Amino acid sequence: MSATVGSHGRDLMRGPTINVLLCLLMAWSLSFISQAAWGANDEPQARALLEALDTSSFQAKGDAAQAIADSDVEQKTRWLQALLDGRLGKERRGDRFYLITDDSGREWPIIDAITFADAGTGTRRTVDAFKINNDLRTRIEGMLASLSLSAGDEASRLSAAKRLIGEVTADNADSVRQTLADEESPNVRDSLGVALAIYKVQQGDADSLETLRGNLDTRVRNILAPIAAGDSELAAEAQSVLGGIESKRAWYDRAQTLFFGLSAGSILVLAAIGLAITFGVMGVINMAHGELIMIGAYTTWMIQQALPGQPGLALALAIPGGFLVAGAFGVVIERTVIRFLKGRPLETLLATFGLSLVLQQLVRSVFSPLNRRVASPDWLQGAWQINEALAFTLNRLAVLIFCLVVFASLWALMRYTRLGLEVRAVTQNRAMARAMGVRASRVDMLTFGLGAGVAGLAGVALSQLTNVGPNLGQSYIVDSFLVVVFGGVGNLWGTLVAGMSLGVINQVLQPWVGAVLAKIIVLVGVILFIQKRPQGIFAPKGRIS
Amino acid sequence: MTIKSLRKLIAGSSIALGLAGFGTTALAQDQEEGAIRVGILHSLSGTMAISESTLKDEMLMLIDKQNAAGGLLGRKLEPVVMDPASDWSLYAEQARDMLTGDDHVDVIFGNWTSASRKAVLPVVEELNGLLFYPVQYEGEESSENIFYTGAAPNQQAIPAVDYLVSQGVERWALLGTDYVYPRTTNKILEAYLKANGVADDDIMINYTPFGFSDWQSIVSQVKDFGSQGKKTAVVSTINGDANVPFYNELANQGISAGDIPVVAFSVGEQELTGIDTAPLVGHMAAWNYFMSVDSDANYDFIDDWVAYTGNDEAVTNDPMEAHYIGFNMWVQAVKAAGTTDVDAVKDSIIGVTVPNLSGGASTMMPNHHITKPVMIGEIQDDGQFSVVWRTPSTVAGDAWSDYLPDSRNLISDWRAPLRCGKFNVESKQCEDGPGAD
Repeated sequence: MSATVGSHGRDLMRGPTINVLLCLLMAWSLSFISQAAWGANDEPQARALLEALDTSSFQAKGDAAQAIADSDVEQKTRWLQALLDGRLGKERRGDRFYLITDDSGREWPIIDAITFADAGTGTRRTVDAFKINNDLRTRIEGMLASLSLSAGDEASRLSAAKRLIGEVTADNADSVRQTLADEESPNVRDSLGVALAIYKVQQGDADSLETLRGNLDTRVRNILAPIAAGDSELAAEAQSVLGGIESKRAWYDRAQTLFFGLSAGSILVLAAIGLAITFGVMGVINMAHGELIMIGAYTTWMIQQALPGQPGLALALAIPGGFLVAGAFGVVIERTVIRFLKGRPLETLLATFGLSLVLQQLVRSVFSPLNRRVASPDWLQGAWQINEALAFTLNRLAVLIFCLVVFASLWALMRYTRLGLEVRAVTQNRAMARAMGVRASRVDMLTFGLGAGVAGLAGVALSQLTNVGPNLGQSYIVDSFLVVVFGGVGNLWGTLVAGMSLGVINQVLQPWVGAVLAKIIVLVGVILFIQKRPQGIFAPKGRIS
Repeated sequence: MTIKSLRKLIAGSSIALGLAGFGTTALAQDQEEGAIRVGILHSLSGTMAISESTLKDEMLMLIDKQNAAGGLLGRKLEPVVMDPASDWSLYAEQARDMLTGDDHVDVIFGNWTSASRKAVLPVVEELNGLLFYPVQYEGEESSENIFYTGAAPNQQAIPAVDYLVSQGVERWALLGTDYVYPRTTNKILEAYLKANGVADDDIMINYTPFGFSDWQSIVSQVKDFGSQGKKTAVVSTINGDANVPFYNELANQGISAGDIPVVAFSVGEQELTGIDTAPLVGHMAAWNYFMSVDSDANYDFIDDWVAYTGNDEAVTNDPMEAHYIGFNMWVQAVKAAGTTDVDAVKDSIIGVTVPNLSGGASTMMPNHHITKPVMIGEIQDDGQFSVVWRTPSTVAGDAWSDYLPDSRNLISDWRAPLRCGKFNVESKQCEDGPGAD
């Protein structure tokens, strides 16, 4: 504004009188503009609307919010949004209303709720934010949704339309029809159509049942169920639609359980696959394997600390980072401990167990006994919603894919590279391999480092799913051995199949018998299987000494 | 380093670690004559460290403050800190260490899980110690030597359920960690809900192990359970760090508080510091104190705590308030008795009233439980709770639930002449001696 005043002032600088007049005019029009924009004339009304929120009854507060939504005050969307976020408040022992623009920390920047003018800072001792509860929150979300049903972008119109399912009544049916007629997005139209169809079915319109056929929304099912069970003319038809819905849902439920199982299995495979190399291929019983996983997870956390605000990049860097750090630990462990215990499995077991305690304590001393929070990037949060009955949570989907990639790379490494060839040679016949010029001890070191590095990768993945703390490894060590033994020692494919099938069995059992018993059943099952078939699912072929 | 010495080192360290439970630290090294020794028995490592380690710091702060104010009976207070490492049997061992030998302490503040309290109970009864237990628990217990400053079920679980009923909830998923507190609490809640006409089909109960992280199918089960057309709520007695993946899974599967609210009895401000709370807004917790409580006593306590920890983001929670109350009660009782002698303190503490942090006062009742207000808070996006409901006055803790057939007729009164933790009002008999389970 001041720039405009200046330029106009220069053009019209013909005489002092005009100049003064012009300034007055400017000042007057400015104040007029600001009055119009901030609705100073409406201020008593705005104040009264806000005043009504100042009550301890959530019912009354809800009615006050509804009054705001129904009013034509310009600030209403912003007020409702702030009320929803707990950022609308009243001056303690005063009568001004504030919007808290940022409520992190102990001192908040605040602005006047009516004029939006800066009002300095407030604290919990000076500003009483209006409280809302769940019911009120749902109501306000509904108000905001209906404000955006006619205006908002497609996503908010869609969520507003979805809210209407089961909520259409004689009162609002006409306006919903009108909205449907005006709506262009096919998705929103579908949702509005379903909402209207339910209303019509409730009114006894059989034709509208067709619209609902195969709809997976649970509200549709819940509304149809009593109709199908009743004795109206619609009952038989509703029954058939309901049957269709139920069987469709059942299929998606099975797909969902399969996904849960594969996801749980992928965690087992990731945790076990490093062990499949160190234990399966080298024959080293490494009780510190879990701690190598933990080291991978802590590496992720440290990289995130170094790159604040960029959890995605940090996670991407943690994949090589976790591999290298855990791998380095593995090489050191092999050089300093395991090398000297070759062929003495009991002593290896005890030494690595001791080592696992040392590593845990190291983490406790260096970092803290408390869990560390590893943030998930936005693209790993939420779910990929296929339809109402089937959704894949993104973090688990990512871990599943990651697991398969790690498995494929490892398999290719063992199959096609020189290191893989040497590892297989040393495993099959150490003396012969050495005679052929393979440096067996170097191969041992690299193999153990590789197994440890893969454990580190598992840690990176687990940091997205579970708590990162000193005890992280302990929870996975038994499962890892279980998977490797079940799959067949020394066989990567066995580990993959064993991990995935144990995951699926566990997830199928869990809803029936609970998490504790499901785990026990799986354990007993594996023990019985091993009794019958000690070499695991995939027996090693050929003569292995 | 030779292999022999290395092996020795590993063997030695694993034995040492295994036996000592990662070390016991007597913080104050000076064995000053006449100092009053205060035992602090909280896990500083393991699955419970997320909750318990701040209580240790809080106790150190309270002791510092008391010492700055001249100590107690003209003597200094001296903390004795041990770390039972979330291992229930270590709690018992370390409590024994605290009550015998050189470390002999005058009072113990400690424990979190009921499993650990059950382990310590016989020890403090045998050696006549004093234990202040600061966490909400399942009730059905009253020991002569334990003071329960956390909530009994009638001070937390029952009012929370009442609140949810008033919000129209008709279907209940009771999720808990698999140990004594969730199982007993859920037994009480189940009996209470059924007494209030909830059908069997509308109650789902599920238990998971400590540190459980694979919540996907259970959360999906709850989602299914809650989508049958009746308003559904989850009552969570999930303990420790299993809560973090649980809430993350809720958020990832898109269950908002508007769909299926979760009311938790073991999740406070401290537990929420590990979670992004934006998707959790509206989920609830029932406690007797929230950091957001509007009272000057609370603001002063928070200021002290922030100054003590040097962390502007430091949070306070309900068990911290319980320790605050318990410590002040013990100080009052020692002053009144003029000695730290356990029997004298046990007598003088009953009826002691001290201010709590929510602006009122709490009193030690004859059953070794205290009076507290009950509040329901909803999670906000800043990791705090907003109190949406509270009892108009304080509620006295009830050791024996009125909703379980076995304990309906039992009361506890440690005053002379009754001195009984399990008195049957019907048969007029003291059953099974003190602290009977």
